[in-house]
Amino acid sequence: MPDIKPPAHGQDSPGSFAFWEGVGARVVLPLLAVAVVVLIAWIGAGSVRLEPFFGMILPYGALLAFLLGMSWRVLSWTRSAVPFNITTTCGQQYSLPWIRSSRLENPHTRWGAAGRVVLEMLLFRSLLRNVRHEWVAGDREGDAPKLVFKSSPGLWLGALVFHYSLLLVLLHHARFFFDPVSGWVTGLERLDAFFQVGSAAFYVSGVTLILALLYLLVRRWWLPWLRYLSLPADYFPLYLLLGVALTGGMMHYSTRANVPAAKDFCLGLARLHPAGLLGLGPLFHVHLTLASLLLAYVPFSKLSHMVSLPLSPTRNLPGAGRMRRHVNPWNAPVNTHPYAEYENEYRDKMRAAGIPLEKEVP
Amino acid sequence: MSEDAKPARPAKVPFAPSSRDWLEPTVKFAAGRWSYSAKPKSLRTVGFPNPRDWSPDQPDWKLPDNWKEIILQGLRERMDRFRSLRLFMDCCVRCGACADKCHSFIGTGDPKNMPVLRAELLRSVYRGEMTLAGRLLGRWAGGRRLTPEVLKEWFYYFYQCTECRRCSVFCPFGIDQAEITMLGRELLNLLGLNINWVMEPAAKCFTTGNHLGITPHGLKDNLEFFVDSIEEITGVRVNPSINRKGADVLFVAPSGDLLAEPGIFTLMGYLLVLHQSGLNYTWSSYASEGGNFGMFASHELMKGLNAKIYAEARRLGVKWILGGECGHMWRVAHQYMATMNGPADFLQEPVSPITGTRFENARSTRMVHIAEFTADLIHHGKLKLAPERNDRYRVTFHDSCNPARSMGLLEEPRYILRNTCRHFHEMPAETIREKTFCCGCGAGLGGEECMDLRMRGGIPRAEAVRSVREKHGVNLVSSICAIDRAVLPTLMDHWVPGVGVAGLHELVGNALVLDGEKERTTNLRGEPLTEAKA
Repeated sequence: MPDIKPPAHGQDSPGSFAFWEGVGARVVLPLLAVAVVVLIAWIGAGSVRLEPFFGMILPYGALLAFLLGMSWRVLSWTRSAVPFNITTTCGQQYSLPWIRSSRLENPHTRWGAAGRVVLEMLLFRSLLRNVRHEWVAGDREGDAPKLVFKSSPGLWLGALVFHYSLLLVLLHHARFFFDPVSGWVTGLERLDAFFQVGSAAFYVSGVTLILALLYLLVRRWWLPWLRYLSLPADYFPLYLLLGVALTGGMMHYSTRANVPAAKDFCLGLARLHPAGLLGLGPLFHVHLTLASLLLAYVPFSKLSHMVSLPLSPTRNLPGAGRMRRHVNPWNAPVNTHPYAEYENEYRDKMRAAGIPLEKEVP
Repeated sequence: MSEDAKPARPAKVPFAPSSRDWLEPTVKFAAGRWSYSAKPKSLRTVGFPNPRDWSPDQPDWKLPDNWKEIILQGLRERMDRFRSLRLFMDCCVRCGACADKCHSFIGTGDPKNMPVLRAELLRSVYRGEMTLAGRLLGRWAGGRRLTPEVLKEWFYYFYQCTECRRCSVFCPFGIDQAEITMLGRELLNLLGLNINWVMEPAAKCFTTGNHLGITPHGLKDNLEFFVDSIEEITGVRVNPSINRKGADVLFVAPSGDLLAEPGIFTLMGYLLVLHQSGLNYTWSSYASEGGNFGMFASHELMKGLNAKIYAEARRLGVKWILGGECGHMWRVAHQYMATMNGPADFLQEPVSPITGTRFENARSTRMVHIAEFTADLIHHGKLKLAPERNDRYRVTFHDSCNPARSMGLLEEPRYILRNTCRHFHEMPAETIREKTFCCGCGAGLGGEECMDLRMRGGIPRAEAVRSVREKHGVNLVSSICAIDRAVLPTLMDHWVPGVGVAGLHELVGNALVLDGEKERTTNLRGEPLTEAKA
């Protein structure tokens, strides 16, 4: 029996820690990158010469990058074949009529599979399953520790709050792009705004968006294993989103007077007649620049996960692999050992053992 | 069962990540965590490239000169052929939901055993070699170049993953580490980098028809031995046939059940149920393996080994196929077989001739799981059962990874257990059904040389068994996987001594009252029934 000792990994001495080669830089560098963008936008805000760049090239370029990038992304994913039905089944299969099958966790129909994907997209079903393992003290003194599993819905809640807050905040922006403002926009605003701060409506979604972002960020900093695996590309979008949300909030609650001008600018963008950006102030410049950067960044980063889920072959196929044959477009013949060869090799032994043969002689 | 043996107890496994960037490869092969390399002979048998003598712990892996080109070209091809791979390379958000869902990570605390990071080992190369950002920004875009050290890291960690798919249940995008491991190993195989515990059985299966290399006359001898044992215990002589044309059903079991305890008792259970049901069935010596170690090497080898089952069903002219208790065998049967080697239009839609039940869920692949077959028999009252004969056992059920997460065979075995045992207790909810924990030895990691990994990877399962042992006095783990039957006894002896392991159909065989049987005094293991404690 092996002697189970503490793990042999992670034995680098603390002296080998080098900030720029370690995890520290991954946390800080993306923040610096966002800070540089903020600075450029802030300084550039007063420049007449740069106005077309901030007011036209950047937002249109970002939109173009987003649309083309996403199309390229989806095409590159869908161009690849789905050779096998590799559903991850998370419930009872459809089998005998008296056994209740799990129609959403292990769907056997295409409708069921679609329902499963919708459940994932709208409610983050799989994240809700999350548990964490923990070693707890044994029942009696001197007992060895026990491995237990504890419910851990934090990530699910944080992710859900973040995504729905973001959706609401984005929908509120429709006010800037439509004139007259449609009824659903004001309806949504009334739903979201419980009370007012000064003259501005106080949107719950804005606060929950920032809180959820902070939770996701702190979680990444805090948990040692998560900090260890996180890349700059994990921090960068969080900083970027926080920057967009904070500048947006600051404008909403402090510089209300700019709203009509901001709306003129946005309407101009929407009608392909970009209006001036100069009077809107540095905060708006920063907000618009960060938001544009975020939009352009989506297709070329992990943020493209917004369209990957419905394509995921472990989730979007019915689990009933034996009911319908899945066709592999590149199925090709392979090296096999045919029965005839097998019988040739073992004929005498098979005959002696009384096992039926195809041919008595080779 | 030695109750007095002092059990080993796991200490809290600390998580102590290196302060170094994980993008720098770790190439230290820790003792007991890796498997021996495959012998060149096995590779030649199945036509795999670059057969040679080498060892993972030696500095020189004797790679072909253009190894880097081979890997990158192989990766590109596979990203076109598998949407799963392309998608899983791009869409991970590193949320960490999968991290401690892996038994290998829980048991070793090695951060690169977190499914997310094991996948990143491949992703980082994809980014660093194939994407613009990765080529320009290097590690700041999470990219790295493919070096021999990276290759060694792949080998070390892709052979610490048992392809159990538990991470995939918890991933919000369904990213499946089993898929990444399968394709990662496929890439390694392009350079002849594989392990003996996978390739030797696969090569044997290629030539003899089964992983253990049992010859046709050997199969005959083994079956006769079981027939004699059954007659001794029950007074009834069952009469299995081999390669018989005119049978309605071809029966395929994992070959492990033919050779070693406790699998052989499961096989005796199959023989008893099939005899009592009156099913007109035959064994095959050519297709004498349900399991498929090709799956742990490449999709092509998986297909080549699996092809024998349909080929034999066609040759013998049977109506449909019945499969025994095996884990990854059923992943292949449920998710790959008809696609790879079908359509099975030369067979008929499976119907139980005893109950008339049409197995609608198997209407295309035309292969039925024996748990589905037996559950149907019991439900229709076709089997007379004496569950008190299993009273010496307090039983729990270990869902095997593949039937649970690649099939959803959850209720059928439980229904059978409740009808054949009077003391059945479930393990904690987080450790069963789709959340079941691997035995720690799947996907070819059953070698003696990687015992440290096996015992560590098995900690979550062992801990769950221990909890029901303390609570309900459980003394038997039942399961429907031949690997379980081969490796769980070692795991139990180490962490939870006094707990035995049995296949589902061993318990059915014990409880089943045959027509014309004598009064049984022992169970299939030869243990006296009278000693039974309620």
